[in-house]
Amino acid sequence: MDAIMLQEKLVERLLCPRVRTARQKEKQYVGFATLPNQVHRKSVKKGFDFTLMVAGESGMGKSTLVNSLFLTDLYKDRKLLNAEERINQTVEIIKHTVDIEEKGVKLKLTIVDTPGFGDAVNNNECWKPITDYIDQQFEQYFRDESGLNRKNIQDNRVHCCLYFIPPFGHGLRPVDVEFMKALHEKVNIIPLIAKADCLTPNEIKKLKDRIREEIDKFGIKVYQFPECDSDEDEEFKQLDKELKECTPFAVIGSNTVVEARGQRVRGRLYPWGIVEVENQSHCDFVKLRNMLIRSHMHDLKDVTCDVHYENYRAQCIQEMTSKLAQDNRMESPLPILPLSTPDVDTEKLIKMKDEELKRMQEMLNKMQQQMHEKDQ
Amino acid sequence: MAANEMDVSANEDKRNLELGGHVGFDSLPDQLVSRSVAHGFCFNILCVGETGIGKSTLMNTLFNTTFENDEASHYESEVHLRPQTYDLQESNVNLKLTIVHTVGFGDQINKEESYKPILEYIDAQFGKYLEEELKIKRSLFNLHDTRIHICLYFIAPNGHSLKSLDLVTMKKLDSKVNIIPVIAKADTVSKIELDKLKIKIMSELVSNGVQIYQFPTEDEAVAEINSSMNSHLPFAVVGSVEDVKVGNKMMKARLYPWGSVQVENENHCDFVKLREMLLRVNMEDLREQTHARHYELYRRCKLEEMGFKDTNPDTHSFSLQETYEAKRKEFLSELQRKEEEMRQMFVNKVKETEAELKEKEKELHERFEQLKRMHQEEKKNLEEKRRELEEEMNAFNRRKVAAETLMGQALQGSSQQPFKKDKDKKN
Repeated sequence: MDAIMLQEKLVERLLCPRVRTARQKEKQYVGFATLPNQVHRKSVKKGFDFTLMVAGESGMGKSTLVNSLFLTDLYKDRKLLNAEERINQTVEIIKHTVDIEEKGVKLKLTIVDTPGFGDAVNNNECWKPITDYIDQQFEQYFRDESGLNRKNIQDNRVHCCLYFIPPFGHGLRPVDVEFMKALHEKVNIIPLIAKADCLTPNEIKKLKDRIREEIDKFGIKVYQFPECDSDEDEEFKQLDKELKECTPFAVIGSNTVVEARGQRVRGRLYPWGIVEVENQSHCDFVKLRNMLIRSHMHDLKDVTCDVHYENYRAQCIQEMTSKLAQDNRMESPLPILPLSTPDVDTEKLIKMKDEELKRMQEMLNKMQQQMHEKDQ
Repeated sequence: MAANEMDVSANEDKRNLELGGHVGFDSLPDQLVSRSVAHGFCFNILCVGETGIGKSTLMNTLFNTTFENDEASHYESEVHLRPQTYDLQESNVNLKLTIVHTVGFGDQINKEESYKPILEYIDAQFGKYLEEELKIKRSLFNLHDTRIHICLYFIAPNGHSLKSLDLVTMKKLDSKVNIIPVIAKADTVSKIELDKLKIKIMSELVSNGVQIYQFPTEDEAVAEINSSMNSHLPFAVVGSVEDVKVGNKMMKARLYPWGSVQVENENHCDFVKLREMLLRVNMEDLREQTHARHYELYRRCKLEEMGFKDTNPDTHSFSLQETYEAKRKEFLSELQRKEEEMRQMFVNKVKETEAELKEKEKELHERFEQLKRMHQEEKKNLEEKRRELEEEMNAFNRRKVAAETLMGQALQGSSQQPFKKDKDKKN
């Protein structure tokens, strides 16, 4: 009995109004309306995975926020560097993988950390290790996808990148702009204002407007929430609109639980008051959590697969075909793809050397021209 | 010999005497004070920190006024300094305050050169003072002293420690100016985190040998308060110029949904401590330190660079005047020598070019001769050829004429023959 009731409830919840009315009109019930339900069951059985990257200067509260989001402690025994050691620090990529479960739904969560970003005195191209990492994951998936045995492909592609903007300035800094421009076509970027408890509500509004303006000005494509369907109810649309106007989210994280208004909540204790992380009037943490985990997690994965990965794949194939055309080989590129790793590497090397030769050739030509002019 | 004698007699003269009554020279400090007050004081603050960290707001809060300051942009390509001078007055004391802000500090992607403009500015101010001091006709009393008396270094509260840029910059500045590090925007750091952060920052500064300004503890009147303040460094400050109603009073505070941070509440932040230390207790000491330590160090380095020494190998003390004269003579002789050299070089060059020109001329002349000869030869050849051709032409003509006459004769002959035959037949 319970199972049937559950099924019916699920069906009702997952069906959209259109089908519901149609069903009422239909005399006979075919039954494919339970498809969503079946999808649900299968996906629960298979489990989900999600890769989240956090980027930003040291001390912005990235680890604290991740801990607050997933209500676990991912960063035990972390070693923080001194200022002296950080003068010439390079960016590293560190992955933490945890398996968490909630109401039968399993999630394999991978957090990609980027310690050292923006910490050195000279931060030229400090985002290069990060873009290389993302490209590597794409490449690996590309090769796996084109391989012969595709049963157990591991999807390590980065689905979302949370970028922490420091609240101490007047808007975006050059390093923020450069980082986002280098990554906006490879990964979904969600900019966040970190440590928002140093800004009064007015200042938060001003800063958000400023950042939105600068994002437009520099042409940075951050992750856009998908438009909600026109036949959703008003409340949902209103929430959706509020959510979109709230970006970038101003967040506060906390590893500690404090007592406020008779309840135990996650928060920060100050002599002048208590900041509650989950209080919507204090910060946008709840909005971020809802958006990231409760409503748009799968959409982030979809956009990664459909947009960013496809872009990468198209680019890759184009490069390969153009290189082949140069070498005057008329074979189709497909048979070449499932090569073993060493050849792809040597191909890359050859490509690089080709480019170098071309460049040297151009330089020589230029020099010759100059000499000609001088003679004349 | 004479010097030693003078020393001995000086020692004999120094004795402690008891006074029989009130003389009145205990008013000397008061005379000094009234003279200083009449003259006015000047104080120069340098604020170093990232854009938007709260430098202008803190200055406004400290001096309880609004200094006009436009918001700086994050996209400056290099750091530059912006000094502004104001005249303030409180009771009957005039203060000429100069605030120097660093614009664009910490915004560039490559910050290796960020500290240089600051260093150059500080040195430039020292240089100005030194120049005035070395002048023949100088007016030190009326000089507007622009040497930086204090550098407030604003540390961003990122929760863990100093940034690498902060460490590098403070290390470069610590021997040139008095540095007081402050933790800006301290309302984002909770009490426990703040204690940890302060300890971490101080230990990093110490382990890297950065010498920040220590409040003086020799003067008994202020020794106690100063030594306790020394342990509170770096000060965690919050700035605000807005008046907010807290309880039933209006006070400077920042209003948040979860409470309000009162700037002048010692439990909330160290603003009051900073104000005490900076303005109310140690301002004069800061000026003194700048003059006695940092400026003297600069002066010594600069003069040594120029080649001055206090004593020469014979242990005779040189006065600045003599050294200066000697330097001047040296310099002039150098100049003369260089002039000679240049003149010599010039003459040599001229000779060289002359010689070259002559050679070229000779060459050209030769070429010309050669060409002329060739020309002549060609002409002769041509003449010969022409003669030959003419002879041939003449020969040809004669032959032609001969052939024509022959043909003419032949024709006549053949026309007569048929005539003869007829004659024969008739006969």
